[in-house]
Order: sequence, then C-alpha cells, then structure tokens
Amino acid sequence: MSTAVDSGPAVSGPGADELLAVADRVAGWAGSGEEVEVYVARGEETEVRAYDGEVESLTSATSAGIGVRVVVDHRLGFAWAGSLDDAVLAETLDEARDNATFATADEHVQLASPDGVAAVAVDLWDEALASVPTADKVDLALALEAQARGADDRIRQVSSADYGDASVEVALVSTTGIRASSRKTSGYLSVGVIAGDGDASQTGGGFSVGRGFDGLDPDRATTDAVGRAVRLLGATKGSSARSTVVFDRRVASTLLAVVSSALSGEAVAKGRSFFAGRVGERVGDPGVTLVDDPTDPRAYGAAAYDAEGLACRRNVLIDVGVLRGFLYDTVSASRAGVSSTGSAVRGGFAGTPGPGCRALTLAPGSEGYDEEGVLAAVGEGLFVQSMTGVHSGVNPISGDFSVGAEGLMIRDGRLAEPVREITVASTLQRMLQSLVAVGADLEWLPGIAAGQTLAVGDMQISGT
Amino acid sequence: MIESPVLERVLSHALRHGGEFAEVFAEDRSTSSALLDDGRVEELSSGRERGAGLRVVSGETTGFAHTADLSEEGLLRAAEAASAVARSGGGGTRTMAVGPLVAGDGPGVGRRPADRSLGSKADTLDLLTRADDAARSTGGAITQVQAGCGTSRRQVLIANSEGLLARDEQARTRFTVSCVATGDTGLQTGFESAARTLGFELFDEISVEELAGLAANRALSKLSARPAPSGELPVVLAGGSGGILFHEACGHGLEADHIVKDASVYTGRVGQQVASPLVTLVDDGTVGSEWGTYAVDDEGRPAQRNVLIDEGVLTDYLWDYLRARKEGRVSSGNGRRQTYQHLPMVRMTNTFLLPGEEEADEIVAQTPNGVYVAKLGGGQVNTTTGDFVFGTTEAYLIEGGKITEPLRDANLIGNGPEILKRIDAVATDFAMTPGTCGKDGQSVPVGCGQATLRLTGVTIGGTAE
Repeated sequence: MSTAVDSGPAVSGPGADELLAVADRVAGWAGSGEEVEVYVARGEETEVRAYDGEVESLTSATSAGIGVRVVVDHRLGFAWAGSLDDAVLAETLDEARDNATFATADEHVQLASPDGVAAVAVDLWDEALASVPTADKVDLALALEAQARGADDRIRQVSSADYGDASVEVALVSTTGIRASSRKTSGYLSVGVIAGDGDASQTGGGFSVGRGFDGLDPDRATTDAVGRAVRLLGATKGSSARSTVVFDRRVASTLLAVVSSALSGEAVAKGRSFFAGRVGERVGDPGVTLVDDPTDPRAYGAAAYDAEGLACRRNVLIDVGVLRGFLYDTVSASRAGVSSTGSAVRGGFAGTPGPGCRALTLAPGSEGYDEEGVLAAVGEGLFVQSMTGVHSGVNPISGDFSVGAEGLMIRDGRLAEPVREITVASTLQRMLQSLVAVGADLEWLPGIAAGQTLAVGDMQISGT
Repeated sequence: MIESPVLERVLSHALRHGGEFAEVFAEDRSTSSALLDDGRVEELSSGRERGAGLRVVSGETTGFAHTADLSEEGLLRAAEAASAVARSGGGGTRTMAVGPLVAGDGPGVGRRPADRSLGSKADTLDLLTRADDAARSTGGAITQVQAGCGTSRRQVLIANSEGLLARDEQARTRFTVSCVATGDTGLQTGFESAARTLGFELFDEISVEELAGLAANRALSKLSARPAPSGELPVVLAGGSGGILFHEACGHGLEADHIVKDASVYTGRVGQQVASPLVTLVDDGTVGSEWGTYAVDDEGRPAQRNVLIDEGVLTDYLWDYLRARKEGRVSSGNGRRQTYQHLPMVRMTNTFLLPGEEEADEIVAQTPNGVYVAKLGGGQVNTTTGDFVFGTTEAYLIEGGKITEPLRDANLIGNGPEILKRIDAVATDFAMTPGTCGKDGQSVPVGCGQATLRLTGVTIGGTAE
C-alpha cells in the first residue's frame, strides 16, 4: 500500500474575511421590515482508517454551506444549502423568506442583538495543521494500528484505528447588528480493539484528541483501549443489587451531557424539563456545583461566540446543590423574561440555533480524589466503564434512567472481577441527590462535558 | 445529473495512477421540515444539497473524496484526490464505458416522480394543527405537544469502472408526534411516528389524528405507572412494537463488515442453529413503501430479499460491494450511505421476523406473569460480544395471563445468540415500524417488523426491587 500521497485537491477557499463578505452580501439583500441572519461555514477534513497493516480508507474533503434565518412580523423562516454559489445564496434567502410567511407570529421570535458583553478570545486554531503532509497522517494511523495490535498477547483484533482532523471557519452576520467570525481546528486518534481469551471476546476503545496533529498521543489511545478490553475478559453476567455505582470519567461525561438537556431554557419554557419551576430550590446533594464555561480554552467545546454571535460566558447552573438558572438563547430568554446567556448552539449550517451546553464541569470534591481515591472511599459497589442505550433508556423530561452497563465490581475499595450484561437504573433527580463523590481528576473529553470520576449511591443493578 | 461521457472520463482519470475500482456517486437532495411546538408553528426549514463522492479502490485501500462541484472540472479534482491512495500502483490510461442504465423503477415501489406529490406548506401546517388538536383533546393532563413533518427527495446517480450505471429517485416522508403529560408523579412522555418511502401519499394511508392519539395516550398511561421490575422475567413483545429486538440482537451482527473483521458473535456460524426454530429472519429492501425500501442501493445494486435466518439456522450475512468482492461473491444490495459525503457500508433495509401461527391474545393468556411491551424505543448492540439493550416506551405487567399495570420506561438487556433461542411463541399479527439506524456516524432509514412474540426470559432494568 502506498503512503506517498499529497494533501488532496487544491481548493481555493475563502478565508474568514471572505466568509464574512459572503454573509455581509446576503444580509445586505434584506428587504424592509425584514430581519436577516446569515451563517456561513466552510470546512476541510481528512480521515485515515488503518486495518491489518494497511490503509483501509483515506478520505479528504472540503465542504461549505449557508444557513439563513428571516424574521418578518415575529415569524421565523429558515433555509440552508450546501453550496456558496451566488445563485444558491439568493435562492436560499428567498426560501427562508417564504418559510417565514407560514410560521405563527410570536412576540418572542427575534434575532440576537449585540448585548455589550465582550467576547473572551480563545485560540482554537492550530496553524501547523494545514502544512502536515497527508503521508504523515497515514503513517500515524498505521502506527496506531500496529501499536494496538502488538500491545498485548490477548488482543485478537484491532477493529478500527483512525486518524482524523478538521478545520472549520464560520462567519455570522445579521441585520440586527451581529457580525462575528471564528475558526477552529481539531485532530483525533481513535482505536477500537477486541481482546480474546478462549471463546470469550471483549471490546475496548481509546482516543486522543487535540487542536491539531501535534500532540496526538497513540500511546494514550492504545493503553486506554487495551486496558479496557483486557480487564473485561472473563466477565460474567452480574447479579441484581441495590448499590453505589462509580462512573468512569468518560461515562460521567455522557451523564452530565444528558442532565444538561434538562437545563435548556427552551425545554424549561415548554414544560419539558424536570427542573422547570425549581430555581432557588435544592435539586441535588450539596456536593453538586455545575458550571458551563466555554471561555475555558482547555474545553473541547470552547468558543468565543455562541451560535447567534453573542459572547460565550461562564454560567453557574447548580450551586452547592441549589438550582440557579438555565441556559438561554435569544428566543427562549425572551420567553422567560431574562437575557440570553450566550448559550446558542447549532449543528452546522443546516441547523437552527437553540440553547445548549458547550463546556460543563462539576466542581471537584474537596477530598481531591482521583479514580483510585473514589474507589477507596466507596469501598463496595460497581464501577461502570461503559454504558449502552443512553438514547433509549434515559429520559431528560421524566428523569427515568436505565442503561446497559459493563465494568468491574468494587471490593475492599479496589476494582475486582469484571461483569457484563447488566443494567443500572434510578432517576436523574434521585442521582443528583445521591451523589457520593466527585473526583478532582478532571479530563477534557470530546463533547460538551468534562470527564470526572463520579460515585452515585442507591442505584438498582439488574442482572441474575 | 451528469452525462455518461463525463462519467467515463472521470472514472478513467480516477484510475490513471492504478487501482482496480472507481466509482462516482452523485446526489441531489432537497429536504423540508415543519415543526409545531407549544401550540405554534415555530419553524419551517428547507434545505438543498448536491454533490458527488468519488471512490477508488486499490488493493485493500479505499480512497475517497467528495465535492459539491458537479462540473467536470470539479469531479476530476475529486477523482485526483481519491486516487492518491493508488499512487504507487501500475497506472496507465484505461478506457471506461458505463451503461446501460440500471434505473430505479422497481414494481410496487411507486418511484415514478409523477406519482409523488410533495405537499404544499399550507397542507403540512394543516396536518400539524390537526395532530396538535387531536393530542390535546385526549385530556387536560397533556401539557405539551410537538408535531413534526419532514420530507426529503433524493436523486442518486451511480457509475463505476465495471460499467455499472444506475439511477434512483427516492421520496421519503415522516410525521412525528411527541407529547408530555403532567401528573402528581411528574412528567411522562409519549412518541409515535409514521414514515414511508413515499411523498404526501403517506397521508392517504395514515391518520395523523390516530398517530397523535397514540402518542398522547402513551404519555397519559404512564402517569400512573409504577417502576419497572428489576431482574429476569418472561417478556411478550406486541406485534409492531418496534422489531428492534432483531435489528440489535442479530441484524448488526450479520453485517459483513463486522464479519470480515471477526467482530461479530455470528462469524463462522453459517449453517448453524443460532435461534429458535420459530425464527425466520428476512432483510428485504423491496417491500412496498416501507421506510427502509429503495430500488437500488447507494452502490447501484438493486435491492433484494435476503433470508438471514431460516427456521433458526443462519443462512447468510448482509453484503456491500467491497466486502462481497473480498469473498468473491456479489453484493446483496445492502451498500448504503447517508449522503454523498459518506463512504458506503453494509446496512440493513427492512428487517423482519416472518409471522407465526399463534393468536396474540393467547400468547398473553398463556403467560402467568411477566412484562408486556406495547412499544419499544431505540436500542444498541456490541456486535463483538452480542450484548444488546432495547428500551421500552410503553409497557405493562402481565399478571395471571392478563395485562395489568403500566410501567415506567426501562431498558432491557440480553445477549443476541442467547435471546434468539428463548423465543417460544410467535403470533400472526405482523406489523412494521420505521426507525433511524445509526452506525459509525451515519444515519439511514430502516424498517423493523415482527408479530407478537414471547421471550422466556429477559433482564429488565427497572428500579423496583
């Protein structure tokens, strides 16, 4: 297999200034009595998948698109297109305009206007990424695969070994005075392994993420993946019990992300959150202090501006167990009679903004525990290293919580025998009240929440 | 979308550095959606995307590039990028010829564009309003309703260096209703959807009022629900409750990409008894206008009916071009991709258990105690271990052969090959359900189907001790 490749097609794309110029131009087409917001994005990505000593696939791509929101008489319309051709831009604006005529007039519907909050500059751009030859990326993916395959005699298969990077530039302009641009690069290594012992197989995954190519760490990804798979070998179906559960950092990050959807100001306004109407009340153990702070440059989801072009800011959601507030975009804030918290997020140019978290963390417990510390403090229980069925078994509206789990029993404060094919259940409300420990082992993971080892009491485990 | 001589020149260019296979996948997709929420039409959205994905296979390696530029120049640039993987290969100029056309006009699929009306925006709003009214009319405890209608129209053109030229046009329409009910015990949710590979003809076949009523009653019924049991019990799955059991318990594990990497519990088990003799499992992309139906797959191969398990015996896996080529066989028509920006991989279409001979109410009557699942949500599987979960969104206790109290939502967990052997009764009341299947970051529409059936024991992940 050849690894002598160049960096793909020479596409002369617009830089941030040119994207702003495109957005300015479309916003300039706004008619009287019309508010227009134009979101323009352009991205480039490379992905290399290695398998069995060869490159399984190599993808290189660029993409660009536009999303336009039009508000007329408090009616909102939206349209998007995966192209920045002039004819397409005009069509997209027309389509958004037409869509607006069908919406229900709603006094709260409006575009964001500048609120005077200064953006905190966060540097999310790795200048070096663009000049890394594709051959180096291919070599890194191959090295990752080889390393995982050779890491332990019990590794039977490396089911995936991927290198990926992306760069995205965004410009946002509105007739209501918003004009912002941002850019961001990212890189990752991800590996999935299968460990075997006799007839039994177990899987584990690991990754390393960064702002670019430099600093990606195949050792870290491999050690994590192999360790997770190997320690599950010999796992049997666990038994039913009422128990304390310790969630691995990665799992805990997913848990926080689920809780965060109940903290959306929109969900609250529409009666779709178990937190609705509870501001000022105790909703969790005093050990629960939950903050969303996208201005922390270490956070994977760090950003200077939100998806409506307002400055991102630090928002305290739960303070010492007491619910302090929610996350708002412009419309949900108006509905609630408050100001936007700069928390609009959107899924690229084809999505419309809505409130959401970017960089959620729990304040670490005063004990300063790492994973071992939490395990020792808990003594007896279950350590969960992976969860399944989060989308089918966790309901952020009712709070019902039931997920598939695999992991290891905790005995005498240490990890003991592996277990699989069990479920762990409670309600999100009860879990917040039953928090036993928050680790100080904070790790920024891909996604909207940091990873910290968490221990939650009084959970129902279902098995044999 | 692209003329044949252009396709031929692009394919030839893609292989000029070497490689054995090249492919152009072009797509033109329009989508529209409307959402009524909180009593208001909040958002109408329209989208348009067109472009092409270029694939070059050289040995074990696939090069892939995509572009939104469908001009010959744009396609040639993408071909050049995709061919980078073959730079050390033999190369040279190869003359390509594509065609004749494999057109997507299979019988009974309703694929001629003239047949397909895409509803006007005003029609869509009328449907949403009717659904909202119907849901709220079920009772004052319904405190929130969200109704959505989404349509997509997708034209695809596939040409490859083996001379294949195929075209298909797919229209899909989906209507969803989500309700929240509020009671003394807090909030509960109910969801129902209808989705077909059709235009607005969908609404000749379904009633949005009925759909809204189902979603609302699902939420209302759970206001008085008690926590689901914890531990192993017999479970009766209602006909059309989701069929997700088979999708997760074995469907994913029978996809050849997992098989060739030895990442499935079903590797090497063709010819073996892997399920109860009551299980005959089929994946069929040609069924009527079901959600997972298409005329040709995203590699240009016609959809077909594939029997995967015959009376409990594993008969075959699901194949795409690449994995089939490796085994010296042909694709089973299961190569799918989310958009032109994605590489194809092995995916299910409509996956279903053939009906049995028993009566559904008899199966319940003959179950002394257990759980009756009226509706399932999603699920997830680890194909390597076979462990899978699937979630209930409407379930009841069975006591003394009768369906009694409603239960709160929970996941059920099992191991595929073990659970498939525990099916001891299958009824006649077959029904299909639409779903969205996610794999490796790509989502595609699929159908799942099954008649009422009983599992002798499954672990239920509730909180009741």
